[in-house]
Amino acid sequence: MSGAGAPAIVVDHAGQSFGGRVIFEDVSFTVATGEVFVVLGGSGCGKSTLLNQMIGLLTPTKGRITVGGHDVVARVAAVRREIGVMFQSGALFGSMTLLENVMLPLVMFTDLPARARAEIARIKLAMVGLAEAVNLLPSEISGGMAKRAAIARALALDPPILFLDEPSAGLDPITGAGLDRLILDLRATLDCTFVVVTHELQSIFAIADRCVMLDRAARGMIALGEPRDLQQSSTHPTVRAFFNRDAQ
Amino acid sequence: MTAVRLEVSNEGGGTVISLAGPLTATALAPVWTRAVDAARRAGDGLAIDVAGAELVDTSGAALLLALERDHPGRIEWRGLGEKPTQLMARLRAAVPNGVTAKVPARTVTRTSVWQTFLIRVTFFGETILATLSLPGKLRFLRGGNFFRLVERAGTQAMPLVGMMGFLIGMILAFQSAIPMRQFGADIYVAALVSLSLFRELGPLLGAVILAGRTGSAFAAELGTMVVNEEVAALTTMGIDAETMLVIPRMAAAMVVMPALALGVDIAGVLGMGLVMMILGFPPSAILNQIQMATGPYDLLLGLFKAVVFGAAIGLIGCRAGLTAGGGPRAVGEAATSAVVGGIVVTILLDGLFAVIFYRLGL
Repeated sequence: MSGAGAPAIVVDHAGQSFGGRVIFEDVSFTVATGEVFVVLGGSGCGKSTLLNQMIGLLTPTKGRITVGGHDVVARVAAVRREIGVMFQSGALFGSMTLLENVMLPLVMFTDLPARARAEIARIKLAMVGLAEAVNLLPSEISGGMAKRAAIARALALDPPILFLDEPSAGLDPITGAGLDRLILDLRATLDCTFVVVTHELQSIFAIADRCVMLDRAARGMIALGEPRDLQQSSTHPTVRAFFNRDAQ
Repeated sequence: MTAVRLEVSNEGGGTVISLAGPLTATALAPVWTRAVDAARRAGDGLAIDVAGAELVDTSGAALLLALERDHPGRIEWRGLGEKPTQLMARLRAAVPNGVTAKVPARTVTRTSVWQTFLIRVTFFGETILATLSLPGKLRFLRGGNFFRLVERAGTQAMPLVGMMGFLIGMILAFQSAIPMRQFGADIYVAALVSLSLFRELGPLLGAVILAGRTGSAFAAELGTMVVNEEVAALTTMGIDAETMLVIPRMAAAMVVMPALALGVDIAGVLGMGLVMMILGFPPSAILNQIQMATGPYDLLLGLFKAVVFGAAIGLIGCRAGLTAGGGPRAVGEAATSAVVGGIVVTILLDGLFAVIFYRLGL
């Protein structure tokens, strides 16, 4: 577990290329413990690639990333104990009920009795507002509910760092705002560090303490800071266009 | 990380449950049941002391709430820090009626046998209508797709068909040569095996291979398209799934099935011939027996049956895929349904053909 005050995540000159195609290079930032940090940018800029590097699904072709004090390449198993991940689609297991989905990490990684596992899983689902839906299959719930259930599954083992990939993508503004409130509520209750990949402007302003912006043309990061500061003072045309919704 | 420690003691007539160490999901297993039992058995004066708890996460809070819920009387909390107090308040607010491990029964709506029958009849009828209206919808058919289906269902299945046919021919020849030799009739093994292959085993084995390889693939492919809403997209574009997805697959199955049956026939005869030669019969005697026992109509009857089996297996595979429910399990169930349904219907049709051919004297 990352110690208090120490950065939860350090991305140090990370780069990724596939064959000769460079996705991004020289991306560096730190995420403080307890922070809600947003990775943003237009389509194809490498947001999800960077997320996959941070959660150990992709080995950076350049640079180094540490999560919870562990190198994501050398100590990926230790990193996985520190993190929970919500994928963009939710990635719930279709043959399991929501309760069974949330119980799965508890079954795999604890020796808790079945009753305790069910009790904990129901509490996690209640925390995300799904107390009444424990027995439904993923095919029987809405997109917003699926994302909430995926967050509950990511929280199953109370990891100190949570990665959320496009939590409000494809949702109506009210449901999306509800998810933003949930993220802030969970941060306040659980003291988690959140890394959120999104390009939803409202979400960014609602939840982000700081953000990093990637750009496809620049093949790297073009801004790092608090969203309001970037909106008001950035001189980079893409950053200004993004935050002020100008068409380029 | 240190282990969780649980102590249950008596203090002035009341019970004290002390929990120390990290109250987290990965550490709580050894103490959960004992702690809940102790809370249940405790009398009115229960105190829960968590001053020694290094960390209380939501799983730890879940245990504390379980103790609170299962103890019938009042609880005195000792050493509960600000953060755990806030966390428990948050969880109490999320589950105002208290969470228990008891999960409400899941109600599953099952399709009745009658509804299943109606779905199948409707699908069959829609496919017939789509076939009849095909001349006006030829643009929905894609020739390249049809030939790819033929290649996958036919050409790629040929090695398997050849191997199975060859082995079946050998096995039949060996098994029938033993009893027939007792009557000096082992030369007739060639006639017996070739007739069995042409009229029955060729189409039947070909159908089993088609159902297992291709019927299941059709069901999985179309089932995935249903789950991904691709079929819904076709429908909203005004393209009926029967014309674009079912008819090419059914036609491909009808085209390849006679070839598969013929493959089983030829490979089976070769396998039988090898055994007969091992048993000492010259190739000319074997060929003479085959010519005497079988005629072109035996082969043609078998191939005709193969076409019908191909249509049934293609149709059943597509039906299983297009009527799949949601999720990956539905795709698996569709594939199973396609294989089982294909084999069962093939055998039923084979029985029907046996009766018809008998009545017609064929």
